[in-house]
Amino acid sequence: MKVLVCVKRVPMTGGRIVLTEDEQAIETKHLGFAVSPHEECGVEEAVRLVEQHGGESVVLTLGPAEAEEQLRDAMAIGSDRGLHLVTDGEEWDPEATAGAILAAIRTDEAASGPFDLIFFGNESADSGGYQVGLRVAHALGRPCATGLKGVVVAGTTVRCEQEVGGGRDVYELPLPAVVTVLEGLNLPRYPSVPGRMRAGKKPLDLSSPERPASRLERSRLVVPAGESKQAEVLGRGPEAAPAVVDLLQQIGVAS
Amino acid sequence: MTALVLIEHVDGAPTDVSLQALTLARSLGDDVHALLIGPGGSEAAESIPATVTHVAEHDALDAFAPDAWASIVCELAARIAATAVVAPGSEHATDVMARAAVRLGEPLAANCTAVTPGNPITLTRIRWGGSLLEEARLHTGRALLTVAPHAVAPADPGSPGAVEPFVPELADADLVVRVRDRVAPPAGGVSLADAKVVITGGRGVGSAEGFAPVEELAGLLGGAVGCSRAVTMAGWRPHTEQVGQTGNKIAPEIYVACGVSGATQHIAGCKGAKRILAINTDPEAPIMSVADYAVIGDLHEVLPAISAELRRRGA
Repeated sequence: MKVLVCVKRVPMTGGRIVLTEDEQAIETKHLGFAVSPHEECGVEEAVRLVEQHGGESVVLTLGPAEAEEQLRDAMAIGSDRGLHLVTDGEEWDPEATAGAILAAIRTDEAASGPFDLIFFGNESADSGGYQVGLRVAHALGRPCATGLKGVVVAGTTVRCEQEVGGGRDVYELPLPAVVTVLEGLNLPRYPSVPGRMRAGKKPLDLSSPERPASRLERSRLVVPAGESKQAEVLGRGPEAAPAVVDLLQQIGVAS
Repeated sequence: MTALVLIEHVDGAPTDVSLQALTLARSLGDDVHALLIGPGGSEAAESIPATVTHVAEHDALDAFAPDAWASIVCELAARIAATAVVAPGSEHATDVMARAAVRLGEPLAANCTAVTPGNPITLTRIRWGGSLLEEARLHTGRALLTVAPHAVAPADPGSPGAVEPFVPELADADLVVRVRDRVAPPAGGVSLADAKVVITGGRGVGSAEGFAPVEELAGLLGGAVGCSRAVTMAGWRPHTEQVGQTGNKIAPEIYVACGVSGATQHIAGCKGAKRILAINTDPEAPIMSVADYAVIGDLHEVLPAISAELRRRGA
C-alpha cells in the first residue's frame, strides 16, 4: 500500500492563550510545538497499515521551515519519507491549504503511483476548519468519510467507523479513498532512540507553494472574556472531606 | 438576503443545535428557508419557524449519505437563490457543509458564534475548541457557515411557514459514501455524556493503578470516570474517557478535576459543567482560575477521605 498522512504543526498552548500585540496570532515565544492530535493518530495508523500490508507511508505538511520537526517526529515512529510545502509562517486558509496539498499529491502520484489511502485529521487543533480533507478528496474524485475512530483496510475497501452521538456509523469505501480521523483511533507509539536516529536520514522533499488571497479573511483573534474565577477553597487535605460532601449533598448529587 | 438552513432531526423533531443555527441565520435577514432531509423530515418540518420549509424525500435517503445531502443543499440553494447557507456544527452537518462548499466553490466558515450581514459579512468563529475566538470577514456572495453548538439560543418556535416536499435529483456517485451499519454505544454503566457527576483524574494520579480512588468515588456517587489527555497518552485509561478538545465535551452538574493542571485543551471539554471542583496540590494551577471550588491537597489522600465521609453519612 501507498499511504499519505497530512499533518499540521500547532503550538502546545498549555494553561492560558496569550496573543501577539497585533492580535493576529498566538504568542508562541515560550511554547513548544507538536503534530495536531488527530493527525498524530493518522501517522500511527498509516505506519501500522504499512507494517501489516507492506508498501510505503508518506507524511506531508504545509508549514514554516520549523515544521520539519513534526515531519521528523512522524518519521521517527515509522513514516518512510516526507513532503514539506514550506511557507513563510503566515496562516493559510482551508481552500488555499487544500489547493497546495492537492498539487503536491498530483506531483507525487505522477512520479510514484497513486496513494491507496490518504489520512487527514478531522479538524486542526488551532484553526478548526473541518474541511481540508474533503476538499482534497473532492478534487481527486475519491470517496471520503470523516470523523473516524476506526479504519480497517480489507482487500479493495476500507471500513470506516464515524463517531456520532455515542454510537458509530459505519461506511465502506472503495480504495483509493480519503479519510479524516479523530484522536482515539489508536494510541500512538513513542519514538525509540534508533527511530529518531533513522528519521534524520529519511528523504524529505521540499517545495514552496504561493499563498493565494483568502476569502475568509481574519480580522483579529480574541481571547474570550475570562470567567476568571476565584475558587472557593473548601479546605486543605483530607480534612476538607466533610465540606466536599456538604457541597455534594447541597447540589443533590449525594444522599 | 435569503438564507437556507439545514435542519437535522431525530425522531420527528428538529435537534436543538439546528434551531440554534436557525437563530444565527435570522441575524442575516428575515427570509429564512429551512431544509430537512430523509425519513421523519416531513413530521419534523411542521414546527419549523421559516418562510418555507423544504423537505427532500427520496428512496435513497433512508441511510445518511453525505454527498447526497450536499447535492441536495446545492440544488435547493440554487433554486431559491440563497445568499447564505447555514447548518449546525454537528458531525454530520459539518461534513455535509464542507462537501457543499467545495461543490459550490465557496469558502466555509466553521463554528460561528455570531454573524453580521454586509459586504463582506463579518463573523465570529471559535478556534481551539472555544479557547480562542476569531473575528473574520467573509468575501463572497454566498456565505456558507456552520454554527458552534450551544453558542446561541435556539429559535423561538414562532409560526411555521409553508412545508414544501420535493424529490431531489441524485446521482449514483452521490450514494457511494453512505452509512451501511450502526454500532450502538456500549451498554451498561453511566456514560460520560449523561453523568451528573464526573470524577476526572489527570497526570497527578500518577499511574493506571492510581485511579482506584477516582473509580471508588465515581461509583459511590453514581457518576462517571473521566481523564485528561496526558493520562490517555500515557496509556493509563482509554480515550473514550478523555475529556477535552479532542475528547468528550460534557456538561455535568459537578465536575471534580483531580490532579488536572487545566490546560486549555482540557478546559475546552469541561467548561460546560455547572460547577467545577478542583483537587490539586498546586493552588496556582491554571485549573484554579476556572474552578468554583477547590481543595488544596493530594488527591490520593483527599479522595479516600471523601469516600469515607460519604459512607459514614450513608450508614
